[in-house]
Amino acid sequence: MGTHTARGNFGETPTGESHRLTAAAPNYELLQQEGLETSLLEISMGPHHPSTHGVFRMDVKLDGETVVELRPVFGYLHRNHEKLAENMTYLSSMPFTDRLDYFNSMTNNWAYALAAEKLIEVEVPERAEYLRVIMAELTRLVNHVTLVGFFINDLGALGTPLMYAFREREKILDLFEQASGARMMCNYFRFGGLRNDVPEGWLDRARELVDRFPAFLDEYEQLLCENEIILSRTQGVGNLSRELAINAGITGPMLRASGVNYDLRKVDAYGIYDRFKFRVPYSDGDTGDCYDRFMIRMLEMRESVAILKQALADIPEGEIIGKVSKVFKPKPAEVYSRIEGPKGELGFYLIADGTTKPYRYRVRPPSLINLTVLRDMCLGGKIADAVIILGSIDIVLGEVDR
Amino acid sequence: MSILGGGIFKGMAVTLRNFVGSYFYKERLTTNDYEWRPDGALPQSIGDYPKEEGEQLSDTTTVNHYSRNFPMLLHDTGEPMDTIRCVACKICERECPPQCIYIEKSTEKIENADGKPQFYPAKFDIDVSVCMSCQICVEVCPFDAIVMNSQFELSTPDRFGGLLVRRDDLLKSNDYYHKIHPQEAATRDQKMADDKAAKEAKKKAAAEKAKAAAEAKAKAEAENESKEDAE
Repeated sequence: MGTHTARGNFGETPTGESHRLTAAAPNYELLQQEGLETSLLEISMGPHHPSTHGVFRMDVKLDGETVVELRPVFGYLHRNHEKLAENMTYLSSMPFTDRLDYFNSMTNNWAYALAAEKLIEVEVPERAEYLRVIMAELTRLVNHVTLVGFFINDLGALGTPLMYAFREREKILDLFEQASGARMMCNYFRFGGLRNDVPEGWLDRARELVDRFPAFLDEYEQLLCENEIILSRTQGVGNLSRELAINAGITGPMLRASGVNYDLRKVDAYGIYDRFKFRVPYSDGDTGDCYDRFMIRMLEMRESVAILKQALADIPEGEIIGKVSKVFKPKPAEVYSRIEGPKGELGFYLIADGTTKPYRYRVRPPSLINLTVLRDMCLGGKIADAVIILGSIDIVLGEVDR
Repeated sequence: MSILGGGIFKGMAVTLRNFVGSYFYKERLTTNDYEWRPDGALPQSIGDYPKEEGEQLSDTTTVNHYSRNFPMLLHDTGEPMDTIRCVACKICERECPPQCIYIEKSTEKIENADGKPQFYPAKFDIDVSVCMSCQICVEVCPFDAIVMNSQFELSTPDRFGGLLVRRDDLLKSNDYYHKIHPQEAATRDQKMADDKAAKEAKKKAAAEKAKAAAEAKAKAEAENESKEDAE
């Protein structure tokens, strides 16, 4: 009944019906006066809204507090990553992959290194394989503690949980800095191995950190998992059905939270993941709500610690990088390689045309593809829930926009 | 979850434990301390900061073994330009991902530290406002001429030229490199020595081979001659 002037291109409401305002409290009636109109409220949340995790915008249409339409708008952080990479040699794109998902530079490096290694067919030394797993699992811990911290931050618990998460994250970033020279833009992986060996004593420090980590997780779970406010804010909010998750190509913890047992570390067993004993947590798929997504991450951290313990115990001495020239010309070929990044399936697709540069370079970003179901999860919920649903997806705009 | 609010009290117990614990255990603090860094590597008090203009805190700083900030050019012991390792081959310029290196090759050759005539960079500029410290230039350099510096106090009021570092400012001695990255510098020196030895051995082997071949040829010719003589 309200005729609203739409600035964005919203299209029809999901049901296709004209919308009826429901904002009036029970026992009250909306006054209908001649010449007065009511309309839906359109809000542009972002691109500098603190809840949007970067420069991301949600154009939402609200009826009272209920979201009736949502349109994600992104591209503010587009840096032409793929075309840049097509104009430089294979090695030169490696530091740019750090900047995709800037929380997880190590796993980004790994996904890209795997793709190029398929092109040039090089053996990765044993020690490098172990260090790769160690770095990737530490990255997963970094990503998940940060995600949980920010997720609780989105719920309104400003400070405490995030500070505890960042305290632990910083300890891991210190390890990264000692090994690679940088906290976040590690640029540590190379085709056929790693750039340099870890410094003396690094493995012991890593072991110490890994041994202490479960105690932190115990405490963190005690702090958060039974908190009634968190339970009431997250349970039953942002449900994602198993069917929709699979059809939308969702991967990673979000897919497992919807009840699908799918983890590339088990499915592909890339690197040396087949040597480690670990479990893949996934929910029963009844709801696939924000609480499931939160808990999956908490449980995954336990498994990461288990992998880290095994890897740190078994790591052999030896070479750190295979024989690869810095600039190479692979034979014309087409490769796709993927890893289980902390956010989901991170893939790199390369077409080599026999020159030193890739003819086509394409990233399959888990953040972007997991973001595609945001609208489906938010419709019908409250606007405050839209914020935490976005938080539970775990996006990094550097990767969404590339 | 029997009592309503029990979860919240449980959480509060955790925050209390952290609050009290932070007075006794460093790892409970939400700030980090860097005990693993070498002694005196970071300024400990306000007095450790540079007092005079031009004095660099970072000249004596080893933050950690692999710390990297911006590249520098290496020269061996002696006058910087007489012993510069860079031969202006421009590989780093080509490979640099953000394209922040600008090199102009010299027109004439000068003798390098080994007494071999080589080209040198007439211009070698790095725009550190563009540089992203990725270390690709270091890895592709076949002459071990460019390495990462760990100097970080580079702020300047000059917006345009201030962050464009010229060749003469980039040149640092190998001793300085040993001071800031002892481990890495030692391995690099070892690698260079090995490469040199391998090259010399190869040269020697090639020379010996050539000599042997020449001898064999001479012998064969002599035999031929004697055969001809006999006929």
